[in-house]
Amino acid sequence: MIAALSVTDEIQDRFGNIVSAQTTRDHIPTLWTSRDRIPELLRFLKEDIGQPYRMLYDLTAIDERMRTHRDGQPASDYTVVYQLFSFDRNSYIRIKTGLTEDRLSLPTVTRIWPNANWYEREVWDMFGIVFDGHPHLERILMPKTWNGHPLRKDHPARATEMGPYELPEWKESAEQEALRFRPEEWGLTRTRDEEDFMFLNVGPQHPGTHGVIRIVLQLNGEEILDAVPEIGFHHRGAEKMGERQTWHTYIPYTDRVDYLAGVTNNLAYLTAVETLAGIHVPPRGQTIRVMLTELFRIINHLVWYGTFAQDLGQLSPVFYTFNDRERAFAIIEAVCGARMHPNWFRIGGVSDDLPKGWDRLIRDFLNYLPKRLDEYDTEVMQNSIFQGRTKGIGGLTVEEAIDWGVTGPNLRACGLAWDFRKKQPYSGYEQFDFDIPMGRTGDCYDRAVVRVEEMRQSLRIIEQCMNNMPGGPHKAEHHLTTPPLKPRTMHDIETLITHFLGVSWGPVLPPGEALGAIEATKGNNGYYLVSDGATYSYRTRIRTPSFPHMQTLPFLCRGLMVPDLLAILGSLDFVLADIDR
Amino acid sequence: MTSPHPIWSVLGILIVALTIAAGLIWVERRLLALWQDRYGPNRVGPFGLLQVLADTIKILAKEDWVPPFADKPVFVLAPAIVLITVLMSFAVIPVAPGIIVSDLNIGLLFFLGMSSLGVYSIVLAGWSSDNKYALLGGMRGAAQMLSYEVFMGLSLMGVVALAGSFSLVQIVEAQRNLWYVVPQFAGFVLFVIAGLAETRRLPFDLAEAESELIAGFHAEYSGMKFGLFFVGEYLGVTLISAMITVLFFGGWHGPVLPPLVWFLIKTFFFIAFFVLMRAALPRPRFDQLMAFGWKVMLPIALLNVLVTGAVKLAWSR
Repeated sequence: MIAALSVTDEIQDRFGNIVSAQTTRDHIPTLWTSRDRIPELLRFLKEDIGQPYRMLYDLTAIDERMRTHRDGQPASDYTVVYQLFSFDRNSYIRIKTGLTEDRLSLPTVTRIWPNANWYEREVWDMFGIVFDGHPHLERILMPKTWNGHPLRKDHPARATEMGPYELPEWKESAEQEALRFRPEEWGLTRTRDEEDFMFLNVGPQHPGTHGVIRIVLQLNGEEILDAVPEIGFHHRGAEKMGERQTWHTYIPYTDRVDYLAGVTNNLAYLTAVETLAGIHVPPRGQTIRVMLTELFRIINHLVWYGTFAQDLGQLSPVFYTFNDRERAFAIIEAVCGARMHPNWFRIGGVSDDLPKGWDRLIRDFLNYLPKRLDEYDTEVMQNSIFQGRTKGIGGLTVEEAIDWGVTGPNLRACGLAWDFRKKQPYSGYEQFDFDIPMGRTGDCYDRAVVRVEEMRQSLRIIEQCMNNMPGGPHKAEHHLTTPPLKPRTMHDIETLITHFLGVSWGPVLPPGEALGAIEATKGNNGYYLVSDGATYSYRTRIRTPSFPHMQTLPFLCRGLMVPDLLAILGSLDFVLADIDR
Repeated sequence: MTSPHPIWSVLGILIVALTIAAGLIWVERRLLALWQDRYGPNRVGPFGLLQVLADTIKILAKEDWVPPFADKPVFVLAPAIVLITVLMSFAVIPVAPGIIVSDLNIGLLFFLGMSSLGVYSIVLAGWSSDNKYALLGGMRGAAQMLSYEVFMGLSLMGVVALAGSFSLVQIVEAQRNLWYVVPQFAGFVLFVIAGLAETRRLPFDLAEAESELIAGFHAEYSGMKFGLFFVGEYLGVTLISAMITVLFFGGWHGPVLPPLVWFLIKTFFFIAFFVLMRAALPRPRFDQLMAFGWKVMLPIALLNVLVTGAVKLAWSR
C-alpha cells in the first residue's frame, strides 16, 4: 500500500491533476487519465519515473455501457486499461482512460512498447477502438470478414442469437480471398535487387507448430528475413463466455485455456475471484492446490520436453516423456477423477479432500521421475547435435524480454531470477523451499535448461506438500464458497437459503475489480475480473503468457534459418488456446 | 562350388532384396517401438508380421494421383529412379561365393556411380512437385548427397588400396584373414556416416525433415509412388548395410555357419544399427551438416587415403 500511495503522488507531482485514482479490491494502484495524456504518462512510467514500470503487462478494454456499479469512476462508454509491471517495485499499476461512443480512438503506444502492437489490434478487433498511428491495425483473433466487435455488450454471445449461418458461393470466395497473404500489407517486399523472395506458409496445418497457427515466412533461400505469425484459429471466445457463465460454472472453461496446464488455470482465475469475494483459503486447501499445480507444471514441461526434442528430429524422447506424463495423470485421476482438465478447484478451496492413499501415489512418482530426468539429460540436453541446434539460437536479453512482455521460464532463461511464486507468493508458496532456475543468454538451450530444472524444483515442492500436508478443511468457511458447505444447512434458515441460492444461481460477488496473476507453467497468467454485483462476471480478461511470447517470434527468428524457427517455436513452449483464448 | 545360372542369382537377389526391404518396414517399426517403450504394429497376423501385406494392399488400392500443378513426366519418373539405381547396385554385391549377379572388375565404382544417380530422384521429385516445401527438401537433398558423396568415395579408397582391386568379390576374398574394419577403421566410420547421409535417414533426413518441411521432397506423393520412395529408402538401408559387410566385415567369411548366413547376419546387424540411430539422434541443421561434411569428414577421408597409401608403400618395399 505504501508503494501504491507513492506512485500516485509521483505522478501527480509531475502531471498535476490530470489523473484521478480509483480503489480496487486487489489494491493495485489504478489511475484514470484522459486519452491524449496516455502516451506521455506511459512513457513517463516506463522511462523517467524512479523504479520504472518497464513491462506492458496487459492492454485491454471494458465496454462500460451496461455497468451499474461505477462509484467514483469518470464517465465513459468504453474504458481502455493498461496494466504495467515494475520489476524494481515488484508491483503492478493500472492506467485507465475513458472513451465515448462518438470518438472511439486514442493514440497508440506501440512506439513505447513493441508488444503493444498485438494488444492494440486485439482491442480494435474485440471493441472497435481505433489506435491512431498503429502500424497495422487489423483484426487479429476474428477473421477479417467478421462483422461487429465481439466483446461489445451488444454483440451476441451464442450462435443461436445470430441467425442461421449461410455460405453462398460469393461469400465463400470472399472468405477465401480474405485469407490470401499479401506481403505488401505487412510491409514486406517481394523482391530486392532483382532477387525474388519466397513466401512460405507454415501452418495452420504443420507438424512443427503444435496446433493451428500460421506463420508466413519471407525467405531468401532458407534464411528467414521476416516472419508474420497469424493467430486466431483457436479463438473460442473464452472471455465472452466469462460474461454469461456464473463465477462457479466458468471454472471448467479456464481448464481449457492453457489446455496442458489443467488446474493451474483454475488457480489463476480463482485467485482473482477470491480477491473479489474476500475469501481466504484454509491451509489444507492451499497446499492441495499447490501440490496439484506443481504436478501440472511437471506434466506441462514433460509435454514440452518431448515435443521440443521431436521438433529437432529426435523421435524417442516424446514417447518417454508422454509415458511419464501418464504416471502423473494417474495421480491426477486418482485425486480429481479426470486427467487433462480436472476442473478441480472451487471458489474457496478444492472440490473434495484427497483420497485415501494419495501419499503413496505421490511417493512412487517422486521416486520414479528423478531417475528418468537424469536419463533425459544424457539423451537430450547433453546431446551435441541438440546443443548445436539450440545454443545461440533465438537469444534474448533481459531488457528485450521485458520490452516484449516475456515472463516465466522464457524470462528466467535470459538471466532474471523472477518467479511470481517467490516474489508475490500466493496460495502459501512462501512456505516452500525451492530454487529459481536461471539461464544466461535466453537462447533456446537456456530456455530448455530452465524448464528441465523447474521439473526438479516442482518435485521438491510436491515432496514438501506430501510431508507437511496440513489437516483441517479443504474449503473455506465462507458464504460465497461454491458449492457452499452443507453441514449447517439443516439447522438454520439463513444458511439453508444461502446454500440454495449459491447452488441454484451461483454466488453473487460484490462489485469491484481484481487481478489474479500467478506463475503458470508458461509464464504469468492473469485473470482481470470486473464484477458488477451479479452471479457472473461483467468482464473477464485473460492475460496469457503465450500471447506475448508468440508476438516475439519475428524478433527472435529474423536472420536465422527455417530449422531454427522450429527450434525457437519448440523452446518458447506455447499452446494455441493460450494465445487465442 | 559351382555357380548357379545368372538368372537365378538375378531373381534370387531381386526377390530377397525386395522382401527384406518390405519386411524392414515391419522390423523398423517393431524395433523403434521396442526402444520407445511401446508396442508397434502387433495386430495383423502373428506379431503383426502381416502388417506389411496390409500396408501394401492399402497403398496399391490408393488412387494414383498426380497433382494438377506438377510436371507430370518428371513427377512420375522421380520415384522410379530411386528404386532402379538402388536395385542396380545390388547387382555387384557378392552375397556368397558364386552368388552374385555380375562380378564387375569395377564393382565399387559402379556402386558409387549408381548411388550418385540416386540424387536425381530427390531433386526431380522436389522440383517437379511445384511445392515450396518439396523444393526446399529437394535442394537440401541435392546439396547433402553431393557433398557426402565426395568423401564416401574417398573413404573407400583405403579399402581399394589394401585389396588392390575394385572388384567386390576380390575385396571380400582379401579379407579372409583380417577384416578391413581393423586397418581401415577411419574408413569404416566415414563410410557409415556417408551411408546414413546417402540413405537420407535420421540424423541426415534433412530432405524429408518431417517437423520442418512436413515430408520435404515427397510431400506431394501418395499411393504407390510414395510407396516406391518408401521401399527405395529401405532398399538403400539394406544396400548400405550389405556394403558395410562386404567392404569392412569380411562379407560372407565366418566360422561354422554357411557363408550366406554369415552375410545375412552381418547385414541385419547393420540394419538394426541404422534403426537405432534413428531412434536415438536429433537432426542437425542444414549448414551444420554441410560444415561437418566438408570441414571434418573430407579432411579425415583425405588423411586416411594418404596414410593408407604411405603404409602400403612402405610395406611393399
